[in-house]
Amino acid sequence: MAASSIPLPASEPLGASPWIPVPFRVEERASETADTITITLTPPKGIPSRPFRPGQFNMLYAFGVGEAAISIAGDPDRPETLVHTIRSAGPVSAALSGAAPGSTVGVRGPYGTGWPLASASGKDVVLVAGGLGLPPLRPALYEMLRHRDRYGRIEVIYGARTPKDLVYYRQIQEWRGRSDLRFQTTVDAAGREWYGDVGLVTARVPDLRIDPSHTVAFLCGPEIMMKFTAQALAAKGVPDGSIYVSLERNMKCGVGLCGHCQLGPDFVCRDGPVFRYQDVRRFLSVREL
Amino acid sequence: MSDSIAVGGRYVLERAEFPRFLLALHEAGFRVVGPTVRDGAIVYGEIREESDLPIGWTDRQAAGQYRLERRADSALFGYNVGPHSWKKYLFPAGERLWTAVRKDGSFEVHPEPVDPTPLAFLGVRACELAAMGVSDHVFAKAGDPSYAERRRRVVRIAVQCGQSGGTCFCVSMGTGPAVRTGHDLSLTEVIEANRHFFLVEIGSDAGAALLSGVPLRVAPEGDANAARAQVDRAAASMGRTMDTDGLRDLLVNNPEHPRWEIVARRCLSCTNCTMACPTCFCQTTEEVPDLSGEEVERRRRWDSCYNSGFSAVHGTSIRATTQSRYRQWLTHKLATWHDQFGESGCVGCGRCITWCPVGIDLTEETAAIRIQPAPAPVPA
Amino acid sequence: MTAPPPASVLRLADHKFFEGMIGGLPERLQAVATERAYSVGDMLVREGDVADRFILVFEGKVALEIVLPDRPRVTIQTLGGGEVLGWSWLLPPPQWWLDARAVKRTRTLEINAAKLRATLDSHPEDGYRFLLHLFPVVAQRLDHTRLQLMDLHGR
Repeated sequence: MAASSIPLPASEPLGASPWIPVPFRVEERASETADTITITLTPPKGIPSRPFRPGQFNMLYAFGVGEAAISIAGDPDRPETLVHTIRSAGPVSAALSGAAPGSTVGVRGPYGTGWPLASASGKDVVLVAGGLGLPPLRPALYEMLRHRDRYGRIEVIYGARTPKDLVYYRQIQEWRGRSDLRFQTTVDAAGREWYGDVGLVTARVPDLRIDPSHTVAFLCGPEIMMKFTAQALAAKGVPDGSIYVSLERNMKCGVGLCGHCQLGPDFVCRDGPVFRYQDVRRFLSVREL
Repeated sequence: MSDSIAVGGRYVLERAEFPRFLLALHEAGFRVVGPTVRDGAIVYGEIREESDLPIGWTDRQAAGQYRLERRADSALFGYNVGPHSWKKYLFPAGERLWTAVRKDGSFEVHPEPVDPTPLAFLGVRACELAAMGVSDHVFAKAGDPSYAERRRRVVRIAVQCGQSGGTCFCVSMGTGPAVRTGHDLSLTEVIEANRHFFLVEIGSDAGAALLSGVPLRVAPEGDANAARAQVDRAAASMGRTMDTDGLRDLLVNNPEHPRWEIVARRCLSCTNCTMACPTCFCQTTEEVPDLSGEEVERRRRWDSCYNSGFSAVHGTSIRATTQSRYRQWLTHKLATWHDQFGESGCVGCGRCITWCPVGIDLTEETAAIRIQPAPAPVPA
Repeated sequence: MTAPPPASVLRLADHKFFEGMIGGLPERLQAVATERAYSVGDMLVREGDVADRFILVFEGKVALEIVLPDRPRVTIQTLGGGEVLGWSWLLPPPQWWLDARAVKRTRTLEINAAKLRATLDSHPEDGYRFLLHLFPVVAQRLDHTRLQLMDLHGR
């Protein structure tokens, strides 16, 4: 074996493999709705925390079951813990949902782009969340409330199917009590116990107390809800270029290699999930793209 | 004389001395892989000795057709490309990424080591060098460690094409047939009435080092010209052409073109084109637990945008129709690849045409869209 | 049921529904409009009753409810200030097909349906303008109903 005489390129130090999940400890697990929980994770001893930008996601791994892309729902100012809100929808999310305190969940990430908070500086901000669209927006809300003076009015519209499907229920009451934030909730249908709004999030848009030309909007929820919300915002005068959406596709690798999440030229996992709406609108309007 | 061999030099290796060259590769510790006849096709496999090469064979290719035929001469590299590409060595069709074991209520992950044996790719075509360049960019951008690890252990011995295949269009894609860059060595096989030799061009220091002890002489002008004529002949006889002028915009702006529906009537969504393509990189992973549940391995394997579950979100496929999948493949390959990686994902090797069971030809499909494209979108 | 109207006077012309309407219709209708205030829990209309008035909500919140014999009462939409309570009064037979209940203190102006129809009939230009303002309300409710039908959040 004389291969050493051949001047092959020297081994370059590689970064950590992107494929290795790091086992994080489940510190807390709280029930949000019948099928949704929130877990709080901490890194193993000696492993640094994972700073993240609001809007990013992690690949969470349930040992022996697999991985799922889950947005980060915690406070970016407290990166020593990772907070994820998970709806039990398939085998992986079901296993993750069942992760009890003391057990272990693997983490790869954070991945993707974040909400462009810098572009919202000095402007009114509208957050519109549908269903499980609130968790990916919550880090942005934490961040804005911490630096409240950087922003004009902050309006949040949160829509869910029924009152029972609202996540972060207690926290929403706190937010609704704040004078420097208007947080509206609306549901598709409700019983008499609900005194809040019933109707779509789009119906709340005309009433937003904003200066439309100086407003940035972040939307997260079902694609069709974001599409109609963007229309309603545009009708109110919010410039197209100031509307951002968080998209969901089949994210498997997180680094733009597996190919599953492509939307036109974009890898949603790497170039998104947050996009400027005017940049992706043309792709969203093509059937089965 | 190998001590004086330098990058850019041109030498003659007589056919009779080829076994010495092969021996030098093996003696340098390389596992040599290259073309070999198996199951009626020229595929890439282990080359232990000269007789493993497809001596005297050629391939006849057309849309949906591939046949081996005997040549009139005994060329070692007298074919074009087969169903395999070198990607199977750099990005195996299936591989283990890591194993994990339960430990103290948690788990421990062990990355899978990469086989350290250096590989000599023997018989790399110009289009295939280009394809490896494309793959290098894709995998480097994602920071994939096992591809990088394997890739740096490879020397590439190119062999210029002396003929073109029935489905080739490397001239259109600007990737061949002449080998210009990316090779450690480049060979041109020349067979004259009473002479059979290789013109050897040195592409790198690693390439020069491979020739230690191999009998060579500096190439006379005539031999170099004879080699060039081979490549010129291949360039002049391309089986296909593809007009790449404005191709990216053409496809991106025509997602609703009626041609997609027409081609989908033939497309079987079989994934052959993506498996044969030397640059298709889509992949998936699977979790394989052992019976006890104590140990698990993460495997990755090739995936294809033609698979129904490929785009599935919450169990529902975004691209439910064959039409949308063919459009995704072709648009990605020829158009959005430019946005993602600054180049085309197609190198013009023609494999997707040859190995399509119904003979769908991407050069024909793009031409059909070009004939009557949708009107340019009205600026917003 | 109905609390006495508060001191301040609501004007039709200030309601969003009439925003941008030319021809002075809201001013002329003001005379036939009645101001009302509802406390939490008060019913504005009941399913099956004659739809005898056009109700414009100025402030508060009104829940539109559907009652099914075998299911709990369901709120399918809430209306706030600037919204109007539907179009049943315009279509024969004029009959409410759902319940409307105040879930906040609510102030309205309500126009007698017969008088309103008569005004619109006798002044077709006004009638056309009025319908141009009413139609978007109908269209938007239809759009919203379609989206609700998709049960997007439930997936």
